[in-house]
Amino acid sequence: MSETGDPLEWYRRMQRLRRFEARAAALVESGEIVGAVHEYTGEEAVAVGVCAALREDDIITSTHRGHGHILAKGGEPRRMFAELLGRESGYNRGRGGSMHIADFSRGIYGANGIVGAGAPMACGAAHAFRTRAEDRVAVPFFGDGAMNQGVLLESFNLAVLLSLPVVFVCENNGIAITSSTEEMTPGGVAPRAAGFGLPSRSVDGMDVRAVHEAATTAVRRARAGGGPSFIECRTVRYSVHNIAAGALPRESRSEAFMEAARRRDPIERLAGELDRERGWRQGERTEIDENVEGELDAAVEFARAGRRPDAKTALDFMYAATYPDFPARGWEP
Amino acid sequence: MAEMTMIEAIRSALRLEMERDERVIVMGEDVGQLGGVFRATDGLRQFFGPSRVVDTPLAESVIAGSALGLALTGLVPVIEIQFLGFAQNAYHQICQQLARSRYRTRGAQPAQITVRAPFGGNVRTPEFHSDSMESQFAQNTGLKIVMPASAPDAKGLLLQSIRDPDPVLFLEPLRGYRMISGEVPDGDYTVPFGALRTVREGSDVTLVAWSGSVPVAAEAAELLDAKGVSAHVVDLRTLVPLDEAGLVAALERTGRCVVVHEAPATAGFGAEVVALLQEQAFYSLEAPLRRVAAPDSHYPLPGVERDFVPGAGLVVRAALETLEA
Ligand SMILES: Cc1ncc(C[n+]2csc(CCOP(=O)(O)OP(=O)(O)O)c2C)c(N)n1
Repeated sequence: MSETGDPLEWYRRMQRLRRFEARAAALVESGEIVGAVHEYTGEEAVAVGVCAALREDDIITSTHRGHGHILAKGGEPRRMFAELLGRESGYNRGRGGSMHIADFSRGIYGANGIVGAGAPMACGAAHAFRTRAEDRVAVPFFGDGAMNQGVLLESFNLAVLLSLPVVFVCENNGIAITSSTEEMTPGGVAPRAAGFGLPSRSVDGMDVRAVHEAATTAVRRARAGGGPSFIECRTVRYSVHNIAAGALPRESRSEAFMEAARRRDPIERLAGELDRERGWRQGERTEIDENVEGELDAAVEFARAGRRPDAKTALDFMYAATYPDFPARGWEP
Repeated sequence: MAEMTMIEAIRSALRLEMERDERVIVMGEDVGQLGGVFRATDGLRQFFGPSRVVDTPLAESVIAGSALGLALTGLVPVIEIQFLGFAQNAYHQICQQLARSRYRTRGAQPAQITVRAPFGGNVRTPEFHSDSMESQFAQNTGLKIVMPASAPDAKGLLLQSIRDPDPVLFLEPLRGYRMISGEVPDGDYTVPFGALRTVREGSDVTLVAWSGSVPVAAEAAELLDAKGVSAHVVDLRTLVPLDEAGLVAALERTGRCVVVHEAPATAGFGAEVVALLQEQAFYSLEAPLRRVAAPDSHYPLPGVERDFVPGAGLVVRAALETLEA
């Protein structure tokens, strides 16, 4: 998805993320998505604000809570739904699922089921950009929980050391499953990154303008050869950690907290600003919403129509070349 | 005796041992306030407080590594890795630090540590969450590998693991947490390592399994029964130490053997079992030894996992083939 400073477009993109997740949740509920989904709802301003500061040829890495990042970077809803439903028409031909969607043509180097695992990949890509004198930028998204994974801290160090064009984006939603960020990350998120020598900022992640502004500054610096930086986006996930049929309940936050969070809603906030600034025509919001709904309904239908992978293909793509006597031991479909 | 699910049996063992031995300390991601994502440690924090039931940061490597320090100063850590797949992030600590401490220091620094981790398929979780990695760990000398398949064993083997003076990887079949239940002895109760369990007596073919594959083998035995074939089913319980004599005896009952596991076939623990039987019981064999395992592939998406995890049908087919041989 292309770079844009247009608040109307931000609104459209945030709404696409939110309504996508509402459908994903319904598909989990109905049993069409088998397994768990981590909803991005509440955090839309982060993915949209950051990705709107990126060019199509910039790259991102994503997380277990990745739908938002992928959509914001231009991922096609229909191929995403198809992946969630495990169809051949999905991004990974039904082999990746919610936590591993990737689209290299759009610089989406993949969601990742392992916390923190995307950051070293982003560093490697950024190193390649520098080596080839390309002015592209790499953006790893990760949660606050990842701030305690060794590999993320190793990535900070490498990025600073090699002055890589990386913008680290931490989505601090205050919680990792049930662990409080405040408790688990003594010294705070942004100061920790600063300790590595990363220019580090903390912004209101419920404010798409603030996120976009911080990202634009950081991306510009990285593109110009000024090295890596770090943005903490303070946000809230509205849903429980993940949803799955029959999952155990695990909401540890109070209803009062959740209510206060919803009053900071990033989409309503931007909509309010657009109202006040007369940023859109009468009825334009409804038009956009209906458009998004139509697009997503069609996407779900596309996904449903897809074919499921054949068990006989279980070994395809395991290696660059497969040959008849390559071991497929212990199993006959 | 009380009827319990596997997860309840695990919880009761933890509670019992923490009451009995104040050196025992539980650590892991979300184990305290939440009581673990699968509730294995539910309620422990209320009983034993936050200094003995420690919520750690999301950092597997330091959870495992710090357990060694705890053990060296005389505590008895029981750490939880949320899913076995994430133990790869702590692989070095578990396999190179914990598992080698005693040997390297010529007995001066044993590591009495239990690493608990759920694993296994058919629970609608994707790769990293479902993979069976026991043989990857079993190659690391110094580490014991314990894999209960029943509720009483979950309690008895966990108590044995916590008291064992060596580091133990205690693997819990996710699918069995709430599906497998049974009569569990009250109070203190241990099950020794290296003693397999006979699940069912039979005379035509021996089925060898462990953990989540034991119910599959048992189901296959039922199906074989209906075909007039009598299957002898054993549960290895512990891969390291392995009950070699028990395995040989189980084979000798029938002269035929099918090993069943969820990990991919190549270099899976089934290869070890088959090699051992071939070495020690060659002249008792009536047919080639067989393995029924997952394909040599990554764990697939939940929608197709039933094609991946070996089911009873494949076990039946392999067993019948050994009888035709
Ligand atoms: C290395 C690793 N350990 C544990 C997990 C299990 N897990 C999945 S998400 C999660 C919490 C992540 O928290 P955070 O990074 O803050 O992201 P959020 O879920 O809040 O978006 C955990 C512990 C994992 N996926 N990877």
